[in-house]
Amino acid sequence: MADQPITTGAPAEKKSTLKLMSKATYAKEAALRSVFLVCATVAVAGVALIFVFVGVRGWPIIQDPGLGAFLFGKVWSSSAGEFGILPLVTGTFAITIGSLVLGAPLAVGTAVFLSEIASPKVRSIVRPAVELLAGVPSVVYGFFGLIILRPIIADITGGLGFGPLTASIVLAVMIVPTIATLTEDALGSVVPGIREASYAMGATTWQTIHKVLLPAASVGIIDAVILGMGRAVGETMAVVMLAGNAPQFFKGPGEPISTLTSQIVIDMSYASGTHRTALFAMAVILFLISMGLVALVRLISSRKETR
Amino acid sequence: MDKRLTNRIAVSFLWFCAATTVAVLGAVILYVFVNGIGQLSPAFIFTKPHGVNFEGGIGPTIVSTLYVTALAMLIVTPIGVLAAVYLAEYAVQGRLVRIIRFAADSLASVPSIIMGLFGLALFVESMHIGFSMISAALALSFLMLPIVMRTTEEAIRAVPRYIRWGSYGLGASKWQTVSRVVLPAAMSRILTGLILASGRAVGETAVVIFTMGQAIHLPISPLESGRPMTVHLYMLAMEGINLPAAYGTALLLMIMILFFNLTARWLLRRNRRMQG
Repeated sequence: MADQPITTGAPAEKKSTLKLMSKATYAKEAALRSVFLVCATVAVAGVALIFVFVGVRGWPIIQDPGLGAFLFGKVWSSSAGEFGILPLVTGTFAITIGSLVLGAPLAVGTAVFLSEIASPKVRSIVRPAVELLAGVPSVVYGFFGLIILRPIIADITGGLGFGPLTASIVLAVMIVPTIATLTEDALGSVVPGIREASYAMGATTWQTIHKVLLPAASVGIIDAVILGMGRAVGETMAVVMLAGNAPQFFKGPGEPISTLTSQIVIDMSYASGTHRTALFAMAVILFLISMGLVALVRLISSRKETR
Repeated sequence: MDKRLTNRIAVSFLWFCAATTVAVLGAVILYVFVNGIGQLSPAFIFTKPHGVNFEGGIGPTIVSTLYVTALAMLIVTPIGVLAAVYLAEYAVQGRLVRIIRFAADSLASVPSIIMGLFGLALFVESMHIGFSMISAALALSFLMLPIVMRTTEEAIRAVPRYIRWGSYGLGASKWQTVSRVVLPAAMSRILTGLILASGRAVGETAVVIFTMGQAIHLPISPLESGRPMTVHLYMLAMEGINLPAAYGTALLLMIMILFFNLTARWLLRRNRRMQG
């Protein structure tokens, strides 16, 4: 292997570990390295390809009906040829906010419970449950909501039971694993000393949690909630099955609405022309929202590190 | 208020949160099991649906789901694992690595419906592959790539440094060290990640609905279309027809997901025990 050292005439900056390699080995190592690099850049290529191929199909929306009419148009009606997404955007946010209001406290509470209160035995039941909750397919959540939850909501609100309330409750459950797992990580990375210091001062468990641990882990918890929000904004199948799919503005918790994602699923199978363009443009907007949330999380985390 | 009373109230609220989470999971699983178990029979699993209400079995949808999952795993495993090898063993921290990580994070957070439209635009239409197993598998593999990359990278980083030093000390090259020492040591955790990623593929709906087609068809070649279980369940539930078949499909889906998750957990636990 070391029969042909490449040190001869090699400049001094060659790493010393390479001195013992034959040219063939060196070439092989370099080739493998570039293969791995190519694999790693597939993720970058994926993001670029999504932008290009979804973007190209959505781009003509700029000319017809124009960006302003698309983003701020108040009417979405494929039969009238009007494609204003404002009702869909407000629908998306109504359901997202509803699910965060219900889901975030539940998730953070579960995470605090796992990290601070549960005995190892209880933890060994709750933590797998949270992980399994993440694995349940969204179409099964939608089905469950449709059969069990919808009739109950229908009784309460007096409608058919389709609408933001039903969708928010089911979405709240769906974002629990995302937020709970990340919050537990954040609590786990709090320096153990301050926890013990708090108990040593005579603080109760709850005083320690809300005066010491939650502030110390706040950045991680905010990140977790933002990523949970991204999950809620992008969730599709459960929302299609529960929101009612009427592209109108929010009228009440029991009145059907539609979201960006659900409208794409409902319309895509038959849309053509400007309608189809609008659906792809909506996908671009969803992509920008989700990337924006990831960038926000990175920004918050890097701020924290520099502090 | 007395601090002990406040404490008691707060702690019971935290118990309540955890109990709710577990109860919801229990309710979903129990409900699907109770209503679906009567449906399960060899005929339901192996025969084709027929008639306007899809009476009979769901055989072709099970085959479609397993087919596309296996295909997606074949695509994503080498790329994801080698990408993680690069990030964990070769990469020097810098702008390129930051871009790769940001791209992987973005890919992980892309709503699955966008992956579906992307697959439709690129594989089905622009590349003229049509609605097929391979189009769906390619779109799914982009969804699974960040999961495989992250779990594999964590697995590789968990391998102790001194094992590598031992290998280098014996004169092994970098690739020899990675392929014969590091990867075998990380293998069970890598497998865990792969299994979890395939569980994700089994349960995915929005991606496959626009890339695989929706017609019930028993796929043989990767260029044929089909309808996976998730899409079948969605159609049955939305049209409100043949609820028993919907329950049966939901139960089989849950059994598959449970199987994947429990296998992954078992592998992880066995690995932990072996390492002491």
